[in-house]
Amino acid sequence: MATPYQDRDMAAPALNPGDETYFEAAKEGRLLVKRCKDCGEYHFYPRPICPHCFSDQTEWVDAKGTGTIYTFSVTRRAGPVPYAIAHVTLDEGVAMMSNIVDCDLDDIHIGQAVKVVFKRTEDDWVVPCFTPA
Amino acid sequence: MSIKGKACIVGAYEHPLRKAPDASVAQLHAECARGALADAGLSKSDVDGYFCAGDAPGLGALSMIEYMGLKVRHVDTTETGGSSYLIHVAHAAQAIAAGKCNVALITLAGRPRSEGSSGTQPRNWGANLPDVPFEMPYGPLTVNQYAMAAMRHMHEFGTTSEQLAWIKVAASQHAQHNPNAMLPKPVTVEDVVNSPVISDPLHRLDCCVVSDGGGALIVARPEIAKSLKRPVVNILGTGESPKDLSGGKFDLTTTGAAWSGPAAFEEAGVAPADIDYASIYDSFTITVLLQLEDLGFCRKGEGGRFVADGNLISGVGKLPFNTDGGGLCNNHPANRGGMTKAIEAVRQLRGEAHPKVQVPDCRLALAQGTGGAIATRHGSATVILERGE
Repeated sequence: MATPYQDRDMAAPALNPGDETYFEAAKEGRLLVKRCKDCGEYHFYPRPICPHCFSDQTEWVDAKGTGTIYTFSVTRRAGPVPYAIAHVTLDEGVAMMSNIVDCDLDDIHIGQAVKVVFKRTEDDWVVPCFTPA
Repeated sequence: MSIKGKACIVGAYEHPLRKAPDASVAQLHAECARGALADAGLSKSDVDGYFCAGDAPGLGALSMIEYMGLKVRHVDTTETGGSSYLIHVAHAAQAIAAGKCNVALITLAGRPRSEGSSGTQPRNWGANLPDVPFEMPYGPLTVNQYAMAAMRHMHEFGTTSEQLAWIKVAASQHAQHNPNAMLPKPVTVEDVVNSPVISDPLHRLDCCVVSDGGGALIVARPEIAKSLKRPVVNILGTGESPKDLSGGKFDLTTTGAAWSGPAAFEEAGVAPADIDYASIYDSFTITVLLQLEDLGFCRKGEGGRFVADGNLISGVGKLPFNTDGGGLCNNHPANRGGMTKAIEAVRQLRGEAHPKVQVPDCRLALAQGTGGAIATRHGSATVILERGE
């Protein structure tokens, strides 16, 4: 049995002030994360103030765009098409919520290597998703 | 300052309706307040502290205090999702111990069933949420967030769908004795694992019900409790803990109960093995399993074996839980289960649970709540209660 990926209507990200950099970069096919210049730690989701050491010296960094699936769930009965929600641990060491796309959803597994791809949302924004590497 | 011995639960009321299309949310709150006051043998004018959370309409406490005509000198609107009401019990005990009030009223009510809300819809949390832009496009729902926690637990510890199903089976064994339960029919492990998958690995019967209704509690100082005609229920220990994604460095197999639990046990001066009855928040079967581990009823990873073979069934297993049928079978008013967890614990300690599920000589009970979503951010609350003399 297979559950092929289908495109679905993704809700637009409701941006707060300061989020534009991340989402404009996504439109260019780049995944950004934040790193703290003081403590050196990455964090996600991106904030102007580091949640680890509370420094305001955080900087945008291009992520490698590769990682592994920490956990996932194929949601089968809550909308017009099944979809796979996941937390993906980036090679930078922080995990982010995303969708696993462009694959047979029944073959997804924890620990699987994935790479970033970009999908369009409502209102013509673009968000990072992941597909098997 | 410890709250041990400083306050008691003197009134508890669970709204009997499971569908209330003709009552406003404010009316349901007030009906629950009336019920709890009548249960305690107190009147509205005795109340000098009021506690409510995000389900209270309008300006929350301000709207409800006006609606009910209360005159209070202490207000607390701590909001930690479904666990709020157990934190309110703790905060009410603290306020009483500090002399800020004598009789605290806590109310919860809502009508998600009449309003068509469920765990398979995106929740609208409003504007200005910092996390929403980075999560909402991916379709996080209540059910798939708990499903992701279940998936990880299965991966790390070999937990099975059949083991999770035992939690629902136990709840349904209890619900058959509750005339108000939405799902009073006993189910089997096979029924659960053969029900449709909503979000891997959770089946329809791994999910709680969606119901209207509500509940209320009255917390008062011990001298007042002893003057009333009802059995005394002492608040022995409490704990509260938020847990979140910690900037992207997290694990989803541990809940906030790993901190709220030990804090409550330490304050109470008792251990998990001393607990005669446990109310464990059951938004989903996995929620119960994770909290049982984190509270120390079994070791991390052994929850599957612990809940199997009827170990949570009253009169059968070692840890009778949710003897009203819980959120899985009885009700889940306002999509928030913390209130009903406290209410059934009070019934057990008073000896007023249904005779078929009453724990003999029930002396110590625990009520555990989790609110929000385990795969992102949630609040945990633990309350340990004792039957008084």
